[in-house]
Amino acid sequence: MSRYLPVILGMALVTYLPRLFPLMLLNKLRLRPLMMRFLQLVPYTSLSILIARGILTSDPEMLPAAVGGILAAGALAYWKGNLVLSVLSGIGVSFLLITFI
Amino acid sequence: MSDDRKKSIRQGMVAGSPLILGYFPIAMAFGLLAKNTGLTIMDTSATSMLVYAGASQFMFLDLVRAGVSTGSIILATFLLNLRHMMMSASLSVNLKKDTSGFLPIIGFGITDETFSVLSFNKDKLSLAFILTVNLIAYLSWIGGTAVGYLVGEVIPKALQDSLGLGLYAMFAALLFPSFKVNKDYLKPALLGAMTYFAIFKTGLLSSGWDIIAGIVIASVLGVIVMGKEDKDE
Repeated sequence: MSRYLPVILGMALVTYLPRLFPLMLLNKLRLRPLMMRFLQLVPYTSLSILIARGILTSDPEMLPAAVGGILAAGALAYWKGNLVLSVLSGIGVSFLLITFI
Repeated sequence: MSDDRKKSIRQGMVAGSPLILGYFPIAMAFGLLAKNTGLTIMDTSATSMLVYAGASQFMFLDLVRAGVSTGSIILATFLLNLRHMMMSASLSVNLKKDTSGFLPIIGFGITDETFSVLSFNKDKLSLAFILTVNLIAYLSWIGGTAVGYLVGEVIPKALQDSLGLGLYAMFAALLFPSFKVNKDYLKPALLGAMTYFAIFKTGLLSSGWDIIAGIVIASVLGVIVMGKEDKDE
């Protein structure tokens, strides 16, 4: 047995259970409107937090590439609505900024 | 197979395809880093297959390098991934009926990325659609890990770095268009960014707690600001 197996299995368990429980429990309950509203807002708050965290925790030399890629992808998705094209363009802008700055 | 199910699978492939771009390169970076940390390819693949959570897998390598104990690594992983509880709860209210016997499988596949794609397609959450999106993400993650372990060194650093930023590009590409559909959603998004900024600057919360506290605080503030009225459903 690999010496890392216990820690990998432990990590797997503590990652899986929080993903599973709300799905099993809330599926059966009738939620109050305020709770529904809270859960409805979670995608917007969590995505913007993940983006903010990505910017705030990136290395200083990667910052222009991170911000540029995010803005390019977001703007293109906003106007054109094509997700794959937007992500590819974001990566392209990041690559240019990393290479030339 | 019914036409409905075929249509759901097709829609799932369209919605899930950006996940390949978001996941594969980052999984490659993980595979390469795991190799440099001294893990075998079996351990590296097992981590991606069983834990299946990007940020915490990188943290795992950091902590292994630092010689941190097994218990501490597991606790840190728990905290970092606890945010998926909020995401799982948010998804649960939009699942279609045919998902009911498959929640253990659906739950396993909830990550930041699949959650983002699924919750911005919440009118389509049938079993076939969800499993298609989740499988695309899962296979990209596992495939990328193996490829990164085996041949990761050949990719130039600048390209690796920009591909790694693809994840944030995808988050933005999912979030921004929703403001066009309903500009009210600018409010929770701005609240999220401002709340996280405040948490980050005070530095009181460790990694993991910062994200989950941010999601809870910003969503509560959102409910206070916006009320329970729900124009979009």
